Amino acid sequence: MTIEYRNIRNKLFKGIVIILTVICTLPLLLVLYRITKEGISAINWDFFVNLPKPVGEKGGGIANALVGSGLIILMASVFAIPLGISIGIYLSEFKKTKLAYFTLLSVDVLQGIPSIVIGIIIYLWVVKTMGHFSAVSGSIALSMMMLPAIIKSTEETLKLIPDTLKEASLSLGVPYYRTILKVILPAGITGILSGVILSVARVAGETAPLLFTAFGNPFMNTNITKPMSSLPSIIFNYAISPYEDWHKLAWGASFMLIAIILVLNIITKIAQRKWRVQF
Amino acid sequence: MAGTILKAKNFNAFFGQNQVLKNINLDIMRNDVVAVMGPSGCGKTTFIRCINRMHELTPDATAEGEILVDDKNVYKMNLIVLRRKIGMVFQRPNPFPTMSIYQNAIAGYLLNGIKLTKSKKDEVVETSLKRVALWDEVKDSLHKKGTFLSGGQQQRLCIARAISLNPEILLLDEPTSALDPISTSKIEELIYELKKNYTIIIVTHNMQQAGRISDKTAFFYLGEVLEYNVTKEIFTNPKHEKTQNYITGHFG
Repeated sequence: MTIEYRNIRNKLFKGIVIILTVICTLPLLLVLYRITKEGISAINWDFFVNLPKPVGEKGGGIANALVGSGLIILMASVFAIPLGISIGIYLSEFKKTKLAYFTLLSVDVLQGIPSIVIGIIIYLWVVKTMGHFSAVSGSIALSMMMLPAIIKSTEETLKLIPDTLKEASLSLGVPYYRTILKVILPAGITGILSGVILSVARVAGETAPLLFTAFGNPFMNTNITKPMSSLPSIIFNYAISPYEDWHKLAWGASFMLIAIILVLNIITKIAQRKWRVQF
Repeated sequence: MAGTILKAKNFNAFFGQNQVLKNINLDIMRNDVVAVMGPSGCGKTTFIRCINRMHELTPDATAEGEILVDDKNVYKMNLIVLRRKIGMVFQRPNPFPTMSIYQNAIAGYLLNGIKLTKSKKDEVVETSLKRVALWDEVKDSLHKKGTFLSGGQQQRLCIARAISLNPEILLLDEPTSALDPISTSKIEELIYELKKNYTIIIVTHNMQQAGRISDKTAFFYLGEVLEYNVTKEIFTNPKHEKTQNYITGHFG
């Protein structure tokens, strides 16, 4: 086998990898291009501050969906973040116990449950029990979807923190709980935080579980026990409607959603760089 | 304040079924520097980790017998009180990565939630850092991260962190094995200075180091104390053949 032949094979391999990468990235860019092109024209002041208007009337907006999505995700975070971080701490600290083994298994299974199934479960547990659709049931569904990502990122971050750090703290007579809260958690804050933000980005676009739970609402609502609108549900409802105006709003909402997810991802990257902890 | 500060009585330690310390009996005098020496795996580190009960952090690790500090059994003392009384410095420098040099020096207070006034804090930081001869090197960068320092400086910072709580005993677990010769000699000078105020138990692989800095040496072999005597005596006139072989470099 001559050297030239090997060089040619090298170049060929490199070329194929590049071509395949481009083929994979292209659809993504096309989707982004289309959404931006259609969405950006829908966005103006009215879009942010007005409620949806009846068909035919000009100047409708999605203020209710923006507020709704914000509230639902905020509530979901309030449920999921403390719980997820606690479970993550447990898993990394007591990894050899039976409970940890089963918890980890459950987390892996939970991660694989389709979002629509979670929606149905919460419908049965919460919506049926309460007797009506509500924003809080939507938050519970989303928090269940956030949990695996938060637990995993917490566990994996904490696992990488050297034991010597814990020993240093304990050897100063610092009680165990303070060692965890003041030494171990701060040392892992970047990893935990990025897990949290990415999990928010992931559920921000979840539609299926919200259809059964928060349901949607054409009016402004901040009462968490009542049905509430959200970006994904407004996209779903307006996109399947027959009206041109509403399609436009759906494009605008899609663009907003993607912009929010993009911003969250950028924040994660910046946080990772800025608060990087060096051992 | 002469007298015995630490006494081990028929002390045994285990990892699961594996006995790593066998019937240790040892008296340590106040303000002595005691070197703990011996080949790898002989239980040196386990022994000092038993003194402040870090040993029991390892799953399956157990211990029997008594270690008395100031005539009190460490296994009956409150862990928090015990560990404040006995400072520890580890093999690899491990300053808290999220804290500044200043915060690291008073980490014992910060993490334990002991409130200090600003001036008291400054005072503790300054005296601790001066005692470890680090003050002049870092006084202009106190608010930089502790991990920003060089390895030798980090280790001195860790010693400052340990002595800021005014312990009675300082346990050093091969504190210079990860450091360069110059940092090592600085730490050795420091140990010589610290001996005035503290009792120091230092695990070391380095025989010259044991010879230079310690008053007494305990030679551990397969979990037992083969010989414990004044350092000079051990080096010039070892009683035990194994000690002699180790010191002359025949094994270990």
